[in-house]
Amino acid sequence: MTESLLEVRGLKIGATVYPPGEKPHDIEIVHGVDFDVEPGKVLGLIGESGAGKSTIGLAAMAYGRGGVELTGGSVTVNGRDVLQSSTRDVRRLRGAEVTYVSQSAAASFNPAKQIMEQVIEAAVLHGKFSKSDAEQRARELFAKLGLPDPDNIGNRYPHQVSGGQLQRCMTALALCPEPDLVVFDEPTTALDVTTQIDVLKAIKDAIRDTGVAALYITHDLAVVAQVSDHIMVLRMGNMVEYGTTDQIINNPKEGYTKALVSVRSIEHEEKQPTEPVLRVENITARYKGTNFDVLHNVNVDLSPGQTLAVVGESGSGKSTLARVITGLLPPRDGTITFAGRKLTPDQPSRTIEDLRELQMIYQMADTAMNPRQTVGTIIGRPLEFYFGLKGAEKQKRIQELLDEIELGKGFQDRYPAELSGGQKQRVCIARALAAKPKLIICDEVTSALDPLVADGILKLLLELQKIEDVAYLFITHDLATVRAIADSIAVMYQGRVQRYGTKSEVLTPPFDDYTDLLLSSVPEMKLGWLEDVIANRKMESAGN
Amino acid sequence: MHPILKLVAERLGIGLLLLLAASALIFGLTEVLPGDAAQAILGQAATPESLANLRAEMGLDRPAFTRYFEWLGGIMTGDMGVALTNKLPIGDQVASRMSNTLFLAFWAAIISVPLALVLGLIAVRYQNRWPDKIISGITLASISLPEFMIAYLLIFFFAVQLFWAPSFASINDSMTLLEQLHAISLPVAVLTLVVLAHMMRMTRAAILNVMQSAYIETAELKGLNTFAVIRKHAFPNAIAPIVNVVMINLAYLVVGVVVVEVVFAYPGMGQYLVDAVVKRDVPVVLACGVIFAAVYIILNIVADVVSILANPRLRHPK
Amino acid sequence: MFKNIPLSAAIGLIITGTYFLAAIFADLIAPYGMAEAVGDVWEPSSAEHWLGTDQIGRDLLTRMIYGGQTTILIATLATILSFVTGSVLGFIAAVSGGWIDQIMSRLVDLFMSIPSLILALVILSSIEATVVTLVVIMGLLDSTRVYRLSRAVAVDISVMDYVEAARLRGEKLSWIIFREILPNALSPLVAEMGLRFIFMVLFISTLSFLGIGVQPPLADWGGIVKENKEGINFGIGAALYPAVAIATLAISVNLIADWILNRTTSLKGGRG
Repeated sequence: MTESLLEVRGLKIGATVYPPGEKPHDIEIVHGVDFDVEPGKVLGLIGESGAGKSTIGLAAMAYGRGGVELTGGSVTVNGRDVLQSSTRDVRRLRGAEVTYVSQSAAASFNPAKQIMEQVIEAAVLHGKFSKSDAEQRARELFAKLGLPDPDNIGNRYPHQVSGGQLQRCMTALALCPEPDLVVFDEPTTALDVTTQIDVLKAIKDAIRDTGVAALYITHDLAVVAQVSDHIMVLRMGNMVEYGTTDQIINNPKEGYTKALVSVRSIEHEEKQPTEPVLRVENITARYKGTNFDVLHNVNVDLSPGQTLAVVGESGSGKSTLARVITGLLPPRDGTITFAGRKLTPDQPSRTIEDLRELQMIYQMADTAMNPRQTVGTIIGRPLEFYFGLKGAEKQKRIQELLDEIELGKGFQDRYPAELSGGQKQRVCIARALAAKPKLIICDEVTSALDPLVADGILKLLLELQKIEDVAYLFITHDLATVRAIADSIAVMYQGRVQRYGTKSEVLTPPFDDYTDLLLSSVPEMKLGWLEDVIANRKMESAGN
Repeated sequence: MHPILKLVAERLGIGLLLLLAASALIFGLTEVLPGDAAQAILGQAATPESLANLRAEMGLDRPAFTRYFEWLGGIMTGDMGVALTNKLPIGDQVASRMSNTLFLAFWAAIISVPLALVLGLIAVRYQNRWPDKIISGITLASISLPEFMIAYLLIFFFAVQLFWAPSFASINDSMTLLEQLHAISLPVAVLTLVVLAHMMRMTRAAILNVMQSAYIETAELKGLNTFAVIRKHAFPNAIAPIVNVVMINLAYLVVGVVVVEVVFAYPGMGQYLVDAVVKRDVPVVLACGVIFAAVYIILNIVADVVSILANPRLRHPK
Repeated sequence: MFKNIPLSAAIGLIITGTYFLAAIFADLIAPYGMAEAVGDVWEPSSAEHWLGTDQIGRDLLTRMIYGGQTTILIATLATILSFVTGSVLGFIAAVSGGWIDQIMSRLVDLFMSIPSLILALVILSSIEATVVTLVVIMGLLDSTRVYRLSRAVAVDISVMDYVEAARLRGEKLSWIIFREILPNALSPLVAEMGLRFIFMVLFISTLSFLGIGVQPPLADWGGIVKENKEGINFGIGAALYPAVAIATLAISVNLIADWILNRTTSLKGGRG
């Protein structure tokens, strides 16, 4: 075994929490973790939110974010325990031996300074390069990372380049001082799916070419599988499993890891289209006060009891389509037919029947529920409003709905703040179901959730579709979700429906260039996928 | 034209409109409310005929619109009419009193601005520890007392008990600068205390806001020491909010001056205004009111323009 | 609601409560008549006159109690007026939007561009200061601030998904305002009410001190300072009692406002 570059032993991390109505107290968020990173190797840290992976990554730089404190164990970098080092020695390490790439480059660059100045700052500060040599190296890194106009992009200010480009600049910033180890903290999570894979490829190549070691932190196992040599699975501050990437992906041992690997492998048999419950014809729309259309001549149908997935990246117009159907944004042109009736363009003029039969579930369950109302009130209101249910009858129906969303007794009197993310989304589903709708618009309902929780929600939605015979208009950017639940698919790009048909039609080649790009950009849980995709692409992603 | 210049020009244009509207509002308020200069001169017992005669003589029977523009034109050219009570031109009084008030405000600003910035920085540096807590305690105490109370507390202890400074701040041209400063030391101290609290609190918030940004973490993770982090990364982004804080508080100072001048019988604009209100000398109230409002508005415009100029997104557009 | 009440808020509630009770029952607890000369000029404190006497021999404790009554009464009424006007207009602006919102908001901008004290001075140079006119002037001038806050709060809430969900359900405007928006806007507004009340106490005291607020023989805290200010030069602290009263009242109301605000954030489940 070679000498370790980073050796972590028994690492314990604590934090002070300030729970409402209680005295602040200390809790432990990482309970003794061991791992090594060898020179030139990449270790992937994977886990859901709250697993402690970012905290562990920053511990390699002896850094505790906010009130976080490194309370026990040792973190040895190049033979020195950084937890025992003086402040001065830690500063010599940061930015020289170990560097950091954050999730949001947009926030991590100083808005008042040019990119070049920030990229070379650490290299010059630690005496690794002279200013002109550092600038030369930065330009080479810009070129290597595939940034446009590498000679001049450094003169720009952070807000003058796109998100995907800025994330590459941040990688250049981390690589510039020739560090031994780079901590990548979810570097592609905030990017659109087609941009993500370009940045991922750029990072992977840069790691390989510079021979640097890396800690790669992410919640997405398919992403980490593309770049890591080893993977460590974390859950609630404990290590679950550690192994080579090949072993973790192809032969996981622990149940939790198996669940992570098999996530999004829901099988859903597609149904054949019948007489549609929703018919969207020639819809063209624009926002008030703007002079361009965000939707151009959109036509889609949705059959009763089936799911139409509307897929696209940010800015494709998919959420606008939902606003048009709900009547929040009256279209400039086109008609919407729902349950055989022509819907009026604006929501206030629609009948109670139209409103009841067309329900909506939102991406952020947090803001979709009034924090001052109990779960009972939230689910009970549609019962009262649409069906005039009262008293025991209403209570009984609320309990039935709670049972349907697998939340059982005792949830009626809870407030949203007392629920977990997945539970909140379930309550929102129950609220929609309470109206006995024919159609539910699901706007990115799983994208704010951890993969396993999201899986649970998707399974529940499919189950409920069978029982209640409700149709879903499912808006998402995530093609894995689409495969799991859709009967038909509309791919949207720049306000137009690029490709539309049943699931099998849409997902069967030959593809148009954009659909190909989108489909191929979804990370797959297999080794070598990234290289294959890049080699076979027909079209550049929009983020470049 | 560079887009930022356009924005600044826009802001200045809106500022000018606001100044005009504010002067109209002040003039309009005295018009709408019952009683006018003629009524004030003749008193409640005046007959309708004598009132009408005096109104005609003073030109008060002409439309308000005409008189507003005459009045506004007068203010702009320095001709502010005569006071009702002593028939002296208001412009002369304003000129000498204005310089006194500016003298007072200037020294209060010179002391309070640097002090507030330093204390604000200390509060940030020792956030949630005792220096921060003491500073926020003092802040709470001083915003819980009106200016004149702070003034009398200082007079009681420093002028009456300790004889350190005079309790009346009378100054004239024959005094040396040092004598003048001694004379105004207590009012300056009061004004300083009054704006210090707000300025400190806002400075603290502005710096904390910057220090919690992700780019500060980036700088720390590059291995920069605390001083370098603040100098190279926090400071360039904190300038705009801090200048904003300073300007808003200077505007606040302008109002604080009114009360403090009365307490210390200081011959400035504030005392002139309050005197005129008590004596119902409407022309003087109008002139002083519009000047105070203008200074306040202009300082706020400066604050806005500085924020525009300091914003890197606007300075370097895409 | 009162369980887990922090010590600071409890102290604030007790002191504020005491001041309000003293104001309500002033006639019962004041040892002498309000305008009754009962001793020599500026007597020191004694068993008969706990705080001594004022510049014309009236009992100072009596003056302070009646003064508190006037000050608190005017401040309370002005706060209520300011809140009712400001929040109703603010909510209307937020919910209706469009040109109604534009006109009201620009007008408020104009009023707020001039310091309240200056505007109050201009107005009081033309009309007589009585309890009613003072309440109206102070209340209306201050309602601009309440307008801004309640409009901002309502706009923030009305773009939340749960309000959109209620609209899509087909709820009436009254349900949306009273059941969805108001319960969430109440805490910040109530906390702000405390701060506005303090501001009103300071404002009326300042006006009275300048001689254009509450007129004698009515007592109020600012007026007591004005009446007794000459005493300070002789080392007599009669004018400083109102300082203590105003400061303790202001600080205790502040403590309550802080507590209410903190309770709000904790209900939302935020970690502070």
